[in-house]
Amino acid sequence: MMRIKTPRNARVKRELQKLAPKLVETAKKTLILHGTKTSHVLNSLLTEIYHLKKENSVKYSRKNDKVRPFESGGEASLEFFSLKTDCSLFVYGSHSKKRPNNLVLGRTYDHHIYDLVELGIENFKSMQSFSYDKKFAPQMGSKPFFAFIGEAFETVDELKHLKEVLLDLFRGEVITNLNLAGLDRVYVCTALSANKILFSHCAMRLKKSGTSVPKMELIEVGPSMDMVVRRHRNPDDSLRREAMKTPHELIKKKEKNVVKDAVQGKLGKIYMPDQQVGVVPLANKAKGVKRERREAKMKGEGHKPSPKKQKHDINADE
Amino acid sequence: MAESEYEIDLGNLLAFDRHHQFLSPSSSREEVAKKAIEQGTKLVQTIADALFALPSREDRDGPIVELPAPTTKLPREKPIPRPTPPTTWEKFAQKKGIQHKNKEKLVFDDVTESWKRRYGYDRVNDDNDLPIIEAKATDEVGKDPFAERRKEKKGKVDKQEKNRLHNLKQANKVGALPSHIQLAATSLPITGTQSMPKKISKDELQHVAGMASTATASGGKFDKKLPGEKAPKHEKKYRKFLPAVEGSGMGALEKQQNENVLNKLMSKHSHEILNVQKAVDMYNVKSDKKRKGGGGGGQQKKQWGQSSSSSKLKPNAKPFKKTSHKSPYKGKSK
Repeated sequence: MMRIKTPRNARVKRELQKLAPKLVETAKKTLILHGTKTSHVLNSLLTEIYHLKKENSVKYSRKNDKVRPFESGGEASLEFFSLKTDCSLFVYGSHSKKRPNNLVLGRTYDHHIYDLVELGIENFKSMQSFSYDKKFAPQMGSKPFFAFIGEAFETVDELKHLKEVLLDLFRGEVITNLNLAGLDRVYVCTALSANKILFSHCAMRLKKSGTSVPKMELIEVGPSMDMVVRRHRNPDDSLRREAMKTPHELIKKKEKNVVKDAVQGKLGKIYMPDQQVGVVPLANKAKGVKRERREAKMKGEGHKPSPKKQKHDINADE
Repeated sequence: MAESEYEIDLGNLLAFDRHHQFLSPSSSREEVAKKAIEQGTKLVQTIADALFALPSREDRDGPIVELPAPTTKLPREKPIPRPTPPTTWEKFAQKKGIQHKNKEKLVFDDVTESWKRRYGYDRVNDDNDLPIIEAKATDEVGKDPFAERRKEKKGKVDKQEKNRLHNLKQANKVGALPSHIQLAATSLPITGTQSMPKKISKDELQHVAGMASTATASGGKFDKKLPGEKAPKHEKKYRKFLPAVEGSGMGALEKQQNENVLNKLMSKHSHEILNVQKAVDMYNVKSDKKRKGGGGGGQQKKQWGQSSSSSKLKPNAKPFKKTSHKSPYKGKSK
């Protein structure tokens, strides 16, 4: 017998339904955690990433000695945390002699590790070290711009991967309606070499330009750092295919024979069947128009066997 | 003009400049950072140009534009939810064309002459409100009509629970349990692919027991077998040897093998047999081993030399084995 558990009250039921897989997904949550040892740089970096993504991220403050994302067996604990906090992005910081200032960015699919990128952090400048007019400071939860500069983001496999992960990490929710007055931040990523990028976070100032499009001005607000790609693990091919699937319901069916025109509006095409000139019209093919039935109908109201049947009976008598 | 220069994904507000390159080695980091911001400004301006060109509608908080869908595809967070299969009642209703109608929550109760809930606490037609049940001619003596009513109600509730479980079971089979329901075995809520823990079958258990029984020095030879215990599965290949003496049947196999090789070599397309890549690999491996074997022991080295010279001339002495391995029966045949 299958034993099942159902929530005792509606509040818990609603909470559980929030965790369920959805057709159109909401923003991914981020889990921020660190390993056994973290440097000062990493501590402040993790805090600042948390501040950047405050509305949908969870920050763990304890040491995690069992979390080693790249090693087999080291991801079990991480996957459990991902399930527990309902996070599908994680940022893991650790510091060791071999890999100083190590930051691992990763994603999960169905609470299993999907892909990983390991970064070394150099030349870190925190938010506090930048001085600017605070009225331009970005608002919490605003939709960021992204600027990726450099050929390497397309040609080098690691950076191509990193670009996707960074976009996934910082882009927030996919939205349809955007308020143009709320544009205030941009992440600028510049490829410096085949495995090194410069990452900086800037506020945007919209200046009047005389035209309808304002003139943009960037003010660096931090954090800013160099990221050196160390190890990275691409997703498994079959897993990637699975994760990239678009639900059947969301694929828009192409509307046939309808064209939208700016001047004339919505236009439709109608295809008429060929007019068959050679055939005599009103060929009595319909069942109801048959002569026998018409006659039978006219003869009486009561239940009578159909003429065809009668004929058959007569034949049988003979 | 600018749009052709940069790649823009308006759904993510992303711009990508694939042509820009820095002359970084000479310049200092500050300069590079400054240039990056400059280039970033250009990119942001391009996004803004595209963004402000979209049709907008005025709102109290500012102009609002409708963003297109992102072109950069990113992986989903969780699997696509599966639709729950229809319950038995839903199937029946569909077949009969029964429409769902919302019933009013309050019903007039004739017994108490007041409005009461249709179901739940203090409901209409409640047992507790019935002071008297009139006896009928068909009633049997000694049976409590109140108890009977209670029993009837309980039976209905039990049946409904049974049906509910059946429907859930069907949903679980296709992996589409409602998200708020969790199996007692898994303590965490169900997301798409988690399924019920599998029961270990009898065969698997017996197999494991057989494996465990070989964990003695004698390989379990002298241990008493439990009832139903199976011998451990033999996972490796069994070795096969050609008979030492030529004859008919299996004995003629050796001749056949040699013929096969010869035919290949003599045939018209013999030049196509040589897999250059494989040959190069083999050569590399051989020379590698030679180098390594130099310090390790002379015996191995000697064997390599032997095999390379003799294998061409002698009939294939060990057809199912690689030439590099040493086997006990080789010595015997000599």
